[in-house]
Amino acid sequence: MLEIDNLNVWFGKHRDRVDAVKGASFVIGQGESFGLVGESGSGKSTILRAITGLAPLWSGRMIVEGQLLDHQRRKTFFKTVQMVFQDPYASLHPRHSVDQVLGETLHLHGFSDIDARVVKLLDDVGLGQKFRFRYPHQLSGGQRQRVAIARALAPEPHLLLLDEPTSALDVSVQAEILNLLADLRASRGLTYLMVSHDLSVVGHMCDRLAVMKDGEIVEVLTVDALRATKASHPYSQHLLEASL
Amino acid sequence: MAETQTLRQWLLTDTPSSRRHAKLSAIYQGWLSFRSNTMAMIGLWILILLVLVAFAAPLIAPHDPFVQSLGNRLAPLGTEGHVLGTDSLGRDILSRLIYGARITLYIVALVALIAPVAGLLVGTVAGYVGGWTDTVLMRITDIFLAFPRLVLALAFVAALGAGIENAVLAISLTAWPPYARIARAETLTIRSSDYISAIKLQGAGPLRIITKHIWPLCISSLIVRVTLDMAGIILAAAGLGFLGLGAQPPSPEWGAMISEGRRFILDHWWVATMPGLAIFTVSLAFNLLGDGLRDVLDPKAGE
Amino acid sequence: MMGTLLDVENLWVKFPSRNGVFDAVRGVSFTLGRERLGIVGESGSGKSMTGRAILRLIRPPGIVEADQISLDGVDLMKLSEKDMRAVRGQKISMVMQDPKFSLNPVMTIGDQIIEAYRLHNSASKAQAYQKSLEMLEAVSIRDPERVMRAYPHEMSGGMGQRIMIAMMLIPNPEILIADEPTSALDVSVQRQVLDIMDKLVKERGMGLIFISHDLNLVADFCDRVLIMYAGRIVEVCDADKLHDAQHPYTRGLLNSLPRLDMPRERLEVLQRDPEWSVAPSVSARS
Repeated sequence: MLEIDNLNVWFGKHRDRVDAVKGASFVIGQGESFGLVGESGSGKSTILRAITGLAPLWSGRMIVEGQLLDHQRRKTFFKTVQMVFQDPYASLHPRHSVDQVLGETLHLHGFSDIDARVVKLLDDVGLGQKFRFRYPHQLSGGQRQRVAIARALAPEPHLLLLDEPTSALDVSVQAEILNLLADLRASRGLTYLMVSHDLSVVGHMCDRLAVMKDGEIVEVLTVDALRATKASHPYSQHLLEASL
Repeated sequence: MAETQTLRQWLLTDTPSSRRHAKLSAIYQGWLSFRSNTMAMIGLWILILLVLVAFAAPLIAPHDPFVQSLGNRLAPLGTEGHVLGTDSLGRDILSRLIYGARITLYIVALVALIAPVAGLLVGTVAGYVGGWTDTVLMRITDIFLAFPRLVLALAFVAALGAGIENAVLAISLTAWPPYARIARAETLTIRSSDYISAIKLQGAGPLRIITKHIWPLCISSLIVRVTLDMAGIILAAAGLGFLGLGAQPPSPEWGAMISEGRRFILDHWWVATMPGLAIFTVSLAFNLLGDGLRDVLDPKAGE
Repeated sequence: MMGTLLDVENLWVKFPSRNGVFDAVRGVSFTLGRERLGIVGESGSGKSMTGRAILRLIRPPGIVEADQISLDGVDLMKLSEKDMRAVRGQKISMVMQDPKFSLNPVMTIGDQIIEAYRLHNSASKAQAYQKSLEMLEAVSIRDPERVMRAYPHEMSGGMGQRIMIAMMLIPNPEILIADEPTSALDVSVQRQVLDIMDKLVKERGMGLIFISHDLNLVADFCDRVLIMYAGRIVEVCDADKLHDAQHPYTRGLLNSLPRLDMPRERLEVLQRDPEWSVAPSVSARS
């Protein structure tokens, strides 16, 4: 599904150049759920931004569904890959209602039965019709994140990139969103790439994970191995200790 | 349930049931918070009055503003038939003020249409595209900003010829650079936000992002700024009129009226003072309105 | 617990709005001794408002009402704004979530600490400098002399938060209110900051009010925990017994956490009972 090979991402140029990701490689299979774990500044979100084209300066190889990515992202790419952002308070346009957000997304992807699809999407993410015409300020954090998930699902992607989707939410809301994401993955056969600083969230959601530190992937292991405290790299062990 | 709901409840709902309902409800809530600002309401009422007066000018003006009556020149305040007196050619000042409201509105409307739109276009494009486009557009803006406003307007009018349309054009040309700067600054912060990233991931092009996502957020602060600047624009138009480069006699433009009254200011003070008061009132009204609008429209104060 | 430092009785925080009065905190009562008291709850539960209300830091139009908030027998509700300023910092200090917003970006760390010290103590510049170095050492900052010369933006989040704690402790307050002091920090740094706070509180015999949304953190770190919901205290328990808590809300919160050592297919979702928000607040006064 997704293959990342020796990916480097940097910001700025010449003397101001900051290397955010250094030589990252991993492979995610069809239908798998893969986690990227690390502390702030470890470059985990930057990998997602490089995949989606939001971080334009990168080198290496990225392959999505057998297609080698160049530096230009086309519309067909966004029909395959979508992303959910970390902060639901920042990822919705403050002056657009839920209906506008979803309607515009559907319109951009060339769907014609927009009304029916908006209704369906809202039901799918458990919001229901009474939320359709609300503005973001009339929604709670969890409801906003559901809208953001609905937006990401609108083009019917196969790979969903999740950038700390619950870190801005309360634990009880986090549980609802994580359950929703698990259900959607099961019903739509989605592949997840999830970034989080919280090992227990990744442990709950993912099959395998990569541990990142200072822009490098220090270890890739299965969640079962992690649970059995079989992490070999000292940094992974350190993270595990801190979150148990 | 719908029957027991009052209109007010319907408008204040947190669960709008249709697109129209959501829009109306948002407008109504804005109106409520605007209405609680007394000073802004005063400004709004003055401006509504100005518009009414301008529209109904032929009905409410006691005299024809152009008819001269040399026998009755420079009549003082409170003269029978001429509440605000007459000017040096015996024309009724009140009638001239009433007709002058039309010219003022005309200037205000034209400038408000041209300057912010030009500024918005330049600013958002410069801010969003960045790079060379940004550098070139912003240097042009800087050049315009480097000239004193009235001097630049004078130069334009001198080149284009005196007259009200040219005065408006000249004022607009000197008024847009600050709007471009504001729009650019806003665009820079909006550009890097998650919701713009999100719409990019739906494959939206720059044109759609600028017009549908960045403009709606820039417009509110521009509206506020334009309203606050209106006073300055009216004064600039009056200034051009005063210098004889704006509206031409016998047109009852307020600035030109002051200019005419200047010659008699010591003995017949009302001739210049009355149009001055009119300019002052309208400028103040725009300032009050702008303050109120800022409270309602500023997205940062919203939450 | 040795004696009562702070006694809060029937505290309300109200915000008048267009649609009537919104009560952010509703009749909360608790006492604080020389202990670590945790206040947990979700966003909007009124936990931060409680912390701010004690210092009377609620901005108008918000209103604070209480039968009493007494500190060493002095009712803070009855103090003038001027006397209240002396209490803030001198007797009760507060550490906020993000140090970036609490430090002045154009002053060096050293100047800020020295200024804070001299505000509360009459000391010469040299004495204040010496004292500031000691404070930074106390919060385990290596190479404090270099840090004194640095500006806030050169500090990492963890460093910044330690500096904030150092500054708050300079006047030797009796009570420290920490509002989510570690939520902006990475897990590994979190531990260090907590250890430092713990050490200082123990050494100086201070009372600590620790406000957090993180149940496990509070269970680990505090002595006693208040669980807040919709502006009320729904349950009070000893921190080490938090995992045996009785109230369905507390249980719900605990169960909704994913756990590495206990994998589950689905997470339990909290079913909110409207009863919880109307039930009277549990008193945590002793």
